[in-house]
Amino acid sequence: MNNNIIELKDIRMSFDSEVVLDGINLTIKDGEFVTFLGPSGCGKTTTLRIIAGFESPDCGDVFFEGKKINAVPAHKRNINTIFQRYALFPHLNVYENIVFGLKVRKVPKSEIPKMIDETLALVNLKGLEKRRIDTLSGGQQQRVAIARAIINRPKLLLLDEPLSALDLKLRKDMQVELKNLQKQTGITFIFVTHDQEEALSMSDTVVVMDKGKIQQIGSPTDIYNEPKNAFVADFIGESNILDGVMKKDFVVEINKKQFTCLDRGFKENEEVDVVIRPEDVDIVPTQQGMLEGEVTSVTFLGVHYEIIVDINNFKWMIQTTDCYEVGETVGLYIEPDAIHIMKKSEYSGMFGDYSSYSEELDEMNEEAAAAAEEEENE
Amino acid sequence: MNKKSVNLFLNAPYVVWAVLFIIVPLIFVAYYAFTTADGVFTFSNIATFFTSDTYMTVFWRSMLYAFWATAISLIIGYPFAYCMTKLGAPGQRMMMLLVMLPMLMNLIVRTYSWQQILERNGLINTLFSSLGLPAVQFLGNGAVIVFGMVYNYLPFMILPIYSVMSKLDNSLIEASNDLGCNVFGTMRRIIFPMSLPGILSGITMVFVPCVSTFYISRQFSDGNIKMIGDIIEDKFYRSSVPDYNIGATISLVLMVIILISLAIANKFSDDGVESGGVII
Repeated sequence: MNNNIIELKDIRMSFDSEVVLDGINLTIKDGEFVTFLGPSGCGKTTTLRIIAGFESPDCGDVFFEGKKINAVPAHKRNINTIFQRYALFPHLNVYENIVFGLKVRKVPKSEIPKMIDETLALVNLKGLEKRRIDTLSGGQQQRVAIARAIINRPKLLLLDEPLSALDLKLRKDMQVELKNLQKQTGITFIFVTHDQEEALSMSDTVVVMDKGKIQQIGSPTDIYNEPKNAFVADFIGESNILDGVMKKDFVVEINKKQFTCLDRGFKENEEVDVVIRPEDVDIVPTQQGMLEGEVTSVTFLGVHYEIIVDINNFKWMIQTTDCYEVGETVGLYIEPDAIHIMKKSEYSGMFGDYSSYSEELDEMNEEAAAAAEEEENE
Repeated sequence: MNKKSVNLFLNAPYVVWAVLFIIVPLIFVAYYAFTTADGVFTFSNIATFFTSDTYMTVFWRSMLYAFWATAISLIIGYPFAYCMTKLGAPGQRMMMLLVMLPMLMNLIVRTYSWQQILERNGLINTLFSSLGLPAVQFLGNGAVIVFGMVYNYLPFMILPIYSVMSKLDNSLIEASNDLGCNVFGTMRRIIFPMSLPGILSGITMVFVPCVSTFYISRQFSDGNIKMIGDIIEDKFYRSSVPDYNIGATISLVLMVIILISLAIANKFSDDGVESGGVII
């Protein structure tokens, strides 16, 4: 007997001839905290809704604890969902919302008070039982939604961008709380988000999705340190992605210069994408540097400076705690373990160059993406 | 000008309107109800109304017919409104148009047309006789009057219910499924309680015109079955000796009873449901 709670086999789905999911294969182990991470429209929410039973895929199978559940309706699945906008019942008060699932399942009346007490304590909602939903703050509503779901002791809890409506501070607190809640209850969590920090800080396993396909599955460190392709490298954190040629094992040529790396198993002279994270590049005096270039922009971000260095018309982003002047010529030094080699993919050349980079643009894009996300989930 | 006087100024036309066309007529009604034909103050009109078997029979008949018409409208209108929300946007617009269409015609024309269709030599009976079937007496009973009221006032039941239901967030229904409710459980625990304001509003909007209707009953029973509205009309226009005092009394009593029922309905809707649709 394996301990897989959910298996998805070749799930495909399209809405109005637009492909939303293009062959999703995924196994989720019992007790894991899994995050579906991707930009808006990547199919993460649809995948979640298929697991919940709100959508049925065009083809492919869904297994829950080894049993095929394609034909099992949502109300018969031992799975609960926390909705993006909580979907609390406005005509019921806090207590009635939380007890809803128990009443429907006809849990004996004598057991209910104890379960309610435990759950309220777990989510810090004691004393608010009689309150109307519309008198609660966003954070409190969030807690009611969590309580309403976990009181049913589901095997699996699905969370559809539950934190996106909260402000930053509350959001960070709830991240920690959710993580603790998952540890305490042992319930498997599947968490959908487009926020990479959220995904990295909370999850045991991250599933990176784009264009209806899974791009990479792995632990947060794997995903960050060993991205499979340019999309993953760019979506998770900042990265410089350069064209390179694998000369032989452990040697890659970038900018006509050879670098030592830790990667092997590529063909001789195979063209590859090379990822170098901004924090892994050391700025050194020019004579000690492996590469040299001119500083074109410096941004102070509190903990570090983000500086853009132009080397042969490719703009590198480098994070450093030292300040440099625009126009200064600097040398770059890169350790072998800072270089990560990826096979060429459909995403090659689309990401990882900061020549059009500006903070403002980046923020605008993020806001637009968030707005699009909201609309998509309307 | 300060804000208060601006408000006063802007409100003035409506105040004048309300006084002229709502308050003054009401005062007239009350005046006639509490005076004799000679203008002497009296309670005898009200006593007459409540002690007269004729008036009481007609009054209770009106209440009964209005009750049935409202109940039937609700039974037809509720599922209809629910199904409407399940259609796509073009389907919903189409259904809305179909529901509204009869209302674009005058009530008198609509009722008269139905009379033509249902009468002894009407459309249906002509069809029956051409098929060799015996003629059926459709008109002249309570059921056909209730039918007439349902036909005329059904849109007033459908529209408020539809309006509340169409605003119901689909994720609430999904949440209910998610928590283990099947279709019927969701209907009972979520959709019905949340559409209650629409239902109450629909009941009000159907019951009130039904209880005071007069033209439908007259046309569908050849004047044989009288409703309270018919009596009022008789008292003012039709009888050889108009009796404004009794007519006004009946109007006043009817109005008070309707107000009381509305107050009760509103009390209901205050019970925890925030998005009210009750009109008063």
